[in-house]
Amino acid sequence: MNTPDWELSRREFVVGAAASSVIVATPFLGPAHAAGGTPPHAAVPMMKVTMEVNGSPRSVTLDPRTSLLDTLREHLRLTGTKKGCDHGHCGACTVLVNGTRINACLSLAVMHEGDKVTTVEGIGTPDALHPMQAAFIKHDGFQCGYCTPGQICSAVAVLKEIEKGVPSHVTEDLAAPMRLSNPELRERMSGNICRCGAYSNIAAAITEVAGA
Amino acid sequence: MIPFTYEKADSPAAAVAAVTATPGAKFIAGGTNLLDLMKFQIETPTHLVDIRDLPLTTINDTGDGGLRIGALVTNTELASHPRVKRDYGVLSRAIVAGATGQIRNKASVGGNLLQRNRCPYFYNTDLPCNKRVPGSGCSALGGISRSLAVIGTSESCIAQNPGDMAVALTVLDAMVETIDAAGRTRTIAIADFFRLPGDTPETEFALQPGELITSVTLPPPLGGTHHYHKVRDRASYAFAIVSVAAVLNKDGTGRVAFGSVAPKPWRIKAAEAVLPAGPAAVVSTAFKEAKPREDNAFKILLAERTLALVIAKGSA
Ligand SMILES: Cc1cc2nc3c(=O)[nH]c(=O)nc-3n(C[C@H](O)[C@H](O)[C@H](O)COP(=O)(O)OP(=O)(O)OC[C@H]3O[C@@H](n4cnc5c(N)ncnc54)[C@H](O)[C@@H]3O)c2cc1C
Ligand code: SF4
Ligand code: FES
Ligand code: FES
Repeated sequence: MNTPDWELSRREFVVGAAASSVIVATPFLGPAHAAGGTPPHAAVPMMKVTMEVNGSPRSVTLDPRTSLLDTLREHLRLTGTKKGCDHGHCGACTVLVNGTRINACLSLAVMHEGDKVTTVEGIGTPDALHPMQAAFIKHDGFQCGYCTPGQICSAVAVLKEIEKGVPSHVTEDLAAPMRLSNPELRERMSGNICRCGAYSNIAAAITEVAGA
Repeated sequence: MIPFTYEKADSPAAAVAAVTATPGAKFIAGGTNLLDLMKFQIETPTHLVDIRDLPLTTINDTGDGGLRIGALVTNTELASHPRVKRDYGVLSRAIVAGATGQIRNKASVGGNLLQRNRCPYFYNTDLPCNKRVPGSGCSALGGISRSLAVIGTSESCIAQNPGDMAVALTVLDAMVETIDAAGRTRTIAIADFFRLPGDTPETEFALQPGELITSVTLPPPLGGTHHYHKVRDRASYAFAIVSVAAVLNKDGTGRVAFGSVAPKPWRIKAAEAVLPAGPAAVVSTAFKEAKPREDNAFKILLAERTLALVIAKGSA
């Protein structure tokens, strides 16, 4: 390994470490950005956005910089959806937009005018759990629970993607009907990281709901 | 993020006009690369033109038996299209080898082609990088270069093109269709779409400012067996260290391109021509001019072994 010309500070070492294991290589070294709602900026006009969130029309007036994630959490107070990385790496912010799963942190609220957004609160409620939520509880598919809303939204969408014939990296025959197997499930859920490592129980929960 | 204004365009002509008329403007499609870079203030547009309402969302047969793919077709839609799965398997396979389900659902064909590099120093705004700040220097030259390019580089930049989809499009001889501010359309061969860094590493693509990708076309199907093999530091959800896209025929001939080894998908016709002679012949031809660094010289042997695996699968 080459030794950098410049003196190696801890910070640079972190970059190097990221470089040597370039995975989703975006070391967290950019300028700081607000963790909460985006504060309005005088120079740009605020914009009104109307979306259907969990079945109800919601209108918010926002700085255009506001992510869909911050809109849900900080403006609509739907805090089920979590912020892990804010850069598309962890999946904690996974929501369904018009039935399709996306990372709410890598989307602007203003890009979702008229869209139907479903968060974990809209998947099911404590009194009327979605079968996926019930299965996560039954199989202990979590420990701290931080990744869980994203895991559940993703899992619900994965089953639909398989039905629709969306292939994955481990699909052997692209032409055959897609089936849920353990390797398929793990590959398709790989955008949802669980720091507690509850993966095997998450897999058991999804497998039960899929009836696979 | 720095503040920006935002508008939605409703036609390709309106979109290019809006980006051309507003200094600091950029198109936004899925936003999965642009917003990531805007959060780090590596990209700093002051106006965004959202192109997702443009009628560029379909995949259609072309008269000659090929396909025309709208620039806004999502990566998931493209990988799942029955004709792509059947006739262009290398493309489906390359797409699903990249990113995650969530990102592929949002990412567009045009945005995927224009994704920027993943050099760790490009992402670190505290360190010099010629791509990010032209003329500031290249931190990777004296730094850690394990993931970076081994060929096609220059003294000003050694970053690799990290994309998966583009490697398959290169093997398939895809064409990129665009429209510019004056309303002129043109077609760029994928082989000419990515620029080598030379003295201007900040210019990565053969597009003019304000030029919009409208679609990508594929020539008629090639037949053969289709392969995309991606080697990475873990089994899923990571950028490639080396990848191989190949379309192989029964007689041992075929096409092959390598990903994550150069500033563009690396396809050398003279190397492809010696496919029947085996992976060592192909790789020694394709990488004859390589200038690897100590950290990433392993990529050349890895490319040979990955191609050997693909050829073994192709003849199984
Ligand atoms: C966590 C993570 C992991 C990833 N892993 C991989 C991986 O393993 N392999 C891989 O290949 N990729 C990977 N990616 C990159 C991903 O493929 C890109 O982010 C995505 O394809 C970009 O598409 P988009 O539509 O979101 O582009 P945007 O972010 O909207 O746009 C990207 C750029 O293209 C421009 N643009 C967009 N559309 C057009 C158009 N039609 N005409 C002209 N200009 C246009 C925009 O102005 C912008 O500059 C990863 C991304 C993330 C966040
Ligand atoms: S290799 Fe290219 S992208 Fe990386 S630091 Fe050098 S100039 Fe920047
Ligand atoms: S917070 Fe969106 S992916 Fe991590
Ligand atoms: S349950 Fe703790 S991160 Fe998954």
